[in-house]
Amino acid sequence: MAARILVTAALMVAGSVLAASPADLLAPLQQQAHRDDAAFAGFSAARGRAFFAARHGGKWSCSSCHTTDPRQGGRHAATGKVIAALAPSANPKRLRDPAKVEKWFRRNCKDVLERECTAAEKGDVITYLMSLN
Amino acid sequence: MTTLKWIPLLAVTTTGLGLSAAAVADGHRFGAPDPTWQDECGSCHVAYPPQLLPAASWRALFAGLDDHFGTDAAVAQDIAAALLDHAVSNAGRPVESEPPLRISEMRWFLREHDEVSPATWNKPEVGSQANCAACHTRAEQGDFSERYLEIPR
Repeated sequence: MAARILVTAALMVAGSVLAASPADLLAPLQQQAHRDDAAFAGFSAARGRAFFAARHGGKWSCSSCHTTDPRQGGRHAATGKVIAALAPSANPKRLRDPAKVEKWFRRNCKDVLERECTAAEKGDVITYLMSLN
Repeated sequence: MTTLKWIPLLAVTTTGLGLSAAAVADGHRFGAPDPTWQDECGSCHVAYPPQLLPAASWRALFAGLDDHFGTDAAVAQDIAAALLDHAVSNAGRPVESEPPLRISEMRWFLREHDEVSPATWNKPEVGSQANCAACHTRAEQGDFSERYLEIPR
């Protein structure tokens, strides 16, 4: 059993590729955003900020757990667990692993919007987080 | 590149599992969580030691990860299988009643926390009974011993 979980862990780490910088995450999202909408005109930190703070008709926003200042640590809205800062300027470990970023967008967008986020929305949020110094 | 990443990970994993085996004895110290368990089950809440629930509870929890206390916590099938294997292999003793899904519904949990006042549970820095680390300052390392217990005042 121990060997099995360990091999799984090793495969997962070996299978993930670290981005050189958070900006590297944007190129594939940009391509997807263009495919989704030919009129797509680039990501926007301002749009990302508004998206991050909005409740989108549900109970939670991104800010419910990550606060309205993602340079600060937050708390999980249900469990109370401390969550480390999300902005790369405050926490250099953030936005480095594309697989991890995808995983958490998938999970958290379902919590906040009850659907997955579009490439344009993800790019806006990443652009917003990168803009915080 | 792949090889380089294997070596440190294996070393860390071995250390973690080694500690775990040695520390189980006193009932409050479970050792550092397995790294995969920590990664997959330790982001939204403490990576609860598998010993805290019986195997039947873990099976029920893993059967419903897509609606895990109101959120979708589904993981890839092969990872879920490995995690469940880990949970069941290290699970606590079976209970006679319906196996609870929440650790806070286990009888030993209620007994061990019967002196904690509602005012303490309701403190903003505690937030919920899921937030072990609010008082068990080394919960993240699998150590729930009284030595590292600090109840917020």
